[in-house]
Amino acid sequence: METIKNIGLGSFVIALFTFILSLTFSQHVLTPELIGERVNSYRQEVLLEQAAPMLGKTYTSNLAFIQDLQPVLEATRQAIEKKAGIDPENGVWNAVYLPEGASEWEYRMGDGDIKGYLFSLTKYSATGLLPGNTWLFFALSMVLAVLGGLMYLLPDLQLIPGIKNNGIYLSHATRGVTLQLRLIFLGAAAIASVLVGVYKALLPAILTILAAAFIIFRIFQTNRQKNIKGQHSRTVTATKGLGLIGLAMGIFLIGFYVLLYFFPQYITNWTLMLDPISESLSGNPASQWFLYGFLYTVVMLVMGIRMLIKYRHNRYQLVRTSSVIFFQTAFAFLIPEFLVKLNQPYMDLKNAWPLDYDFYYDYNINSMVGQGQEFAIAGWATSVGTIMFIWGVVLTLMVVPLFTYFYGKRWYCSWVCGCGGLAETLGDPYRQLSDKSLKAWKAERYIIHGVLVFAIVMPGMVLYTYWTGSSQILSFDSYRVRSWYGFFIGSMFSGIVGTGFYPIMGSRVWCRFGCPLAGLMGIVQRFQSRFRITTNGGQCISCGNCSTYCEMGIDVRAYAQRGQDIVRASCVGCGICSAVCPRGVLRLENGTADIAQRTTEVRALHITPEGGIKLVG
Amino acid sequence: MHIAIIGNGISGITAARFIRKLSDHRITVISAETDHFFSRTALMYIYMGHMRFEDTKPYEDWFWAKNRIDLLRAYVERIDPDQKQLELRDRAPLPYDKLIIACGSTPNKFGWPGQDLDGVHGMYSFQDLEAMERHSPGLQRAVIVGGGLIGIEMAEMFHSRHIPVTFLVREPSYWNGVLPAEESQMVNRHIRENHIDLRLATELREIVDDGQGKAGAGIPGLGVRFLCGFGGRPAGVRPNISFLEGSGIETQRGILVDEHLRTSVPDIYAIGDCAQARAPRPGRRPIEAIWYTGRMMGETVAYNICDRAQSYDPGIWFNSAKFFEIEYQVYGNVQARPPENHASIYWEHSDGRRSIRIIYDRETLTILGFNLMGVRYRHEVCEKWLRDQAHVEEVLQNLSLANFDPEFYSEYEAKVIASYNQQTGKQLRLRQKRRLDSVLRFLRGATTIS
Repeated sequence: METIKNIGLGSFVIALFTFILSLTFSQHVLTPELIGERVNSYRQEVLLEQAAPMLGKTYTSNLAFIQDLQPVLEATRQAIEKKAGIDPENGVWNAVYLPEGASEWEYRMGDGDIKGYLFSLTKYSATGLLPGNTWLFFALSMVLAVLGGLMYLLPDLQLIPGIKNNGIYLSHATRGVTLQLRLIFLGAAAIASVLVGVYKALLPAILTILAAAFIIFRIFQTNRQKNIKGQHSRTVTATKGLGLIGLAMGIFLIGFYVLLYFFPQYITNWTLMLDPISESLSGNPASQWFLYGFLYTVVMLVMGIRMLIKYRHNRYQLVRTSSVIFFQTAFAFLIPEFLVKLNQPYMDLKNAWPLDYDFYYDYNINSMVGQGQEFAIAGWATSVGTIMFIWGVVLTLMVVPLFTYFYGKRWYCSWVCGCGGLAETLGDPYRQLSDKSLKAWKAERYIIHGVLVFAIVMPGMVLYTYWTGSSQILSFDSYRVRSWYGFFIGSMFSGIVGTGFYPIMGSRVWCRFGCPLAGLMGIVQRFQSRFRITTNGGQCISCGNCSTYCEMGIDVRAYAQRGQDIVRASCVGCGICSAVCPRGVLRLENGTADIAQRTTEVRALHITPEGGIKLVG
Repeated sequence: MHIAIIGNGISGITAARFIRKLSDHRITVISAETDHFFSRTALMYIYMGHMRFEDTKPYEDWFWAKNRIDLLRAYVERIDPDQKQLELRDRAPLPYDKLIIACGSTPNKFGWPGQDLDGVHGMYSFQDLEAMERHSPGLQRAVIVGGGLIGIEMAEMFHSRHIPVTFLVREPSYWNGVLPAEESQMVNRHIRENHIDLRLATELREIVDDGQGKAGAGIPGLGVRFLCGFGGRPAGVRPNISFLEGSGIETQRGILVDEHLRTSVPDIYAIGDCAQARAPRPGRRPIEAIWYTGRMMGETVAYNICDRAQSYDPGIWFNSAKFFEIEYQVYGNVQARPPENHASIYWEHSDGRRSIRIIYDRETLTILGFNLMGVRYRHEVCEKWLRDQAHVEEVLQNLSLANFDPEFYSEYEAKVIASYNQQTGKQLRLRQKRRLDSVLRFLRGATTIS
């Protein structure tokens, strides 16, 4: 059994290294044919001129190729603008001359065009080891990683079913890192945001740096108090030392997200491996987003199997884990690809606004309303895209609040959601790293509701622009506000901090501090829901397993030891507190009655002046 | 008024918290063990790597200053009731107006030869945990002596670190003084399926010196000598009262207290597992080393100190534990060797790791107790039936109300009824499904038999 596990682990490590190194296993040649295939005909001529020194030259790495290609594309943009007669110095902002049949932006190049060409020209200029053997490398990296992972996981079926948390805080992979390291990572994320922000968006950049400074100051302050007061700081050896493997894992994930969001041209080799799969699903070659969706789904499958094995004695966990795997595989991954194949608009039907923050963007509305197959319902002519758009609105306005009323936000967060699904599968080994302090809870309420306000105001501005055509609201430009949201919330918060920080700050950083949809459902859950966690009389021994393994950082024990039912806005109903409790104290339930009475002032094993000691007062 | 509390365990801390709720008295909690209150029951999880020490603290460190509870890290050498002061090791004496002793227990020693060798430890305090940690590297085998709850915890701890364990139990079956026979045998099986070398009906004769002052172990009748660096010694605990000698406080096994938790000396109280009730309530033992009784005594003593006389009443017996993967809960009167009037309904799952036992009075047919293995029941519901002395058939037909297992779990209440029907020839059926609304209705007092 140990041998099989070790072979599996070894295979996984080899596969991971192959995967990372495969980014370098290509040579790149830019040819006129390639430009002819990948660049629209109006721009080809100028690009060929500008790219002349590169043409036919063999680059031994994508780094060197991209280094040369980027200025060429920039120069092409300028040359086209010059040819089109644009002359900002003399107040000419729009094209005067255009090639026959071209609209202005079919000719001129925007930032998006440059990014797109960087990606596609790098991807398809590749020759050599990897591009010639994509199936081999697919097998040696992704397939081997999955097989190795399964070999590592499946032997655990031989263990007696039960809670398997032995050694979590003894392992370098899962013990987390010191407070100082956590601060360094948070600080680095903040500074990186600011560097990009100063360049692109000054106001949010200043806000971010202020918030980061405030949080870091407060944490240091508490820490200093502790050092003065505590006469000793004892730790059992179990908790000493850096979590080096976890740290490496965190750095890998962060690196992956940085490349994916901001520099996809460097990971084109990975997408080459997936082209056949992408083409068979949607008919299109693999973009970086297909790569992301594919890896996301595969990781959730494998780590979901781990979760199913680990909790096979707990039917709530089995049903819930199967549900998130199903929704990710079917709704987030396969159905949208099939929709594209069938010439219908792309849509993840379970992704509700405001988590799906670009739902009300002009281009998204335009790509849905009136698009796709047209048909009639009771004489009313409509289309697949219109129905999808209506579904998206109904999902937020009716389905989300109604289901949250009946079952709590768990119906979405730990049963359906993709972010939640990844946290519950890939993130499970790190769930204990969430911060349980009262301070963290206070910060959480400010941050998540702040993001919620931002997430409502921003699309409001975007829609205002959509209807009125004016992008200026007060002194804000709705396009810039929208790009701030995309960068600070969409990329930095939900991606890099949300997932990249799993081994550093726990698995639900985004869900807890950032997700506007979770914030919205949290308000419903706190004030108007049948869901609660009930506690079991006087059985609690305050051991703290429940709080430790709460991924949302809820101090479950504080309620359990008082015999209070738990109604908290942030609870995603994963049920792990109940699973790890050694004394059978916690149960997730839906009921209609008594929520207010049993959540306040009730304490188990408590003296009332009239009645003496009561089990529950 | 200055109230000093010796011991920062669950009893002392509960007392401090409730004195603060009820009064503005100055409070000092003294402990030689740790700076802050932690959950003793969670020590095993630190060793097993489930938690860090800081995770076992039920209150954050700022809590104490905020609630004006002074914490003093010191060792109390002696109590001086005449001067009303505590003599502390390496510190000036601490005067008090009222004193609460909540100093807990210490592991039993039975005079085994070799019991003081290096590597022989009990498992009660934070220092014991540190000792286990210190002795663990390179340990070839751990031998645990004594078959109680701490013994099986230690077995699970070593097992989690892949250290082979030999577990010596004096009785013919694990914890058979408390568990009924079937449940006791279930735990025997479970210990063995976890590859623990369980030796039942085996007594320790001596712990053998390995030649360097460290422990090996000798086991009579088996002729086996184990090389081991560790003899767990969890053969029960006893009140930690040796420092009270000469103080004039009356003790027997523990510190004798009346129903208001007062000792024989005025203004000195004792609570928790160092206290021994002079007149325990019917069905309760004079010394109970249990988490919740510590809590109850802590709150009771707070009321008494704050001049609101309250007698200590732990109510209907309950308890819980976990044996490796098998959770255990008990409510009411379940005995290993039941008296004549106890009748029992027992159902056991085919996997041999789950069972439900219901005890009722053979003559009056009133419910007496519930014993659960691997199944969770709701404390409030069971307690209400027990307090109301409900008829066993009323309990059985509404048994789903008690089910506290997570959602989607199989429910076994119908099997329990089937087993009763088989014993009695009756045709009872379950009247309700488990639903929170029904439970709350029942707890509010509405009748369950419709």
